[in-house]
Amino acid sequence: MHMRTVPSRGFNLDYLMWLFTRISGLLLVLLAIVGVIGAFLMGARTQVDLPTLIRWTFFPNPNHVVNSDIPDVTQGWANAYWQTMQMLIFFFAFTHGFNGLRVVLEDYLGAPGVKFLLRSLIFLLWLFMMIIAVFVILAS
Amino acid sequence: MAFGKRIGLKGFSYKGGGPMLAWLLHRIGGLVMVIFIGLHVLASFSMQQFGSDWGTFINTIYESWQFQIVLYFFVLFHALNGVRIIILDFAPGFLKYQREATWVQWILLLPLWGMSALIAVLRALQGG
Repeated sequence: MHMRTVPSRGFNLDYLMWLFTRISGLLLVLLAIVGVIGAFLMGARTQVDLPTLIRWTFFPNPNHVVNSDIPDVTQGWANAYWQTMQMLIFFFAFTHGFNGLRVVLEDYLGAPGVKFLLRSLIFLLWLFMMIIAVFVILAS
Repeated sequence: MAFGKRIGLKGFSYKGGGPMLAWLLHRIGGLVMVIFIGLHVLASFSMQQFGSDWGTFINTIYESWQFQIVLYFFVLFHALNGVRIIILDFAPGFLKYQREATWVQWILLLPLWGMSALIAVLRALQGG
């Protein structure tokens, strides 16, 4: 077991990601609220159940799920505004999430050689997931 | 395993109380979200593009009301706890009330999650 080092102070990755985590966290709450309001305006109000509302709040594309209980809101969602909102949600959520994964993993595995490998793997995974997510948004 | 000692299972008996539970749930919830929402994105891509069976299988589980109730608990807890952390980070004067802050968090969380879970269960029992 190695000793964990105290992160250096100043303008570095740890500080930047600390700040990003807080800002993106607030933005994700905001985007979720916008999404819930949008879902209600588009017709979720009368036909809501919990899985459907969550699904249509965060990713309102019709053909990426097995079943959707809101049949008639597809036209309302399929425009550049909601696609941009989804891409924003994905960018902030994945960056926030994979950085969190890095923080948790580095609490347990942080020897210098392992750390570089870990960060590279997480970065590649993040890039891969972002490309997949944007593809699913645009292909819907 | 701080300071090179092996603590093992004794770590679980550490009496951190409410704030420690919040830290643990925040961490577990974050991992749950990264793993299962990531898996859902991969499954959706594969289902949308190739109509694959494993994608449909994973999404059927992911979209079930049972799974969504659990996931919604973690999402809501992570969001509320995150807002508490942000407030305490940028207004450190409140740090001495952080134990009370975790109680406020539960008071907000339980009705928000409980009502949604109740509605989901009732609708599922009605068959849709």
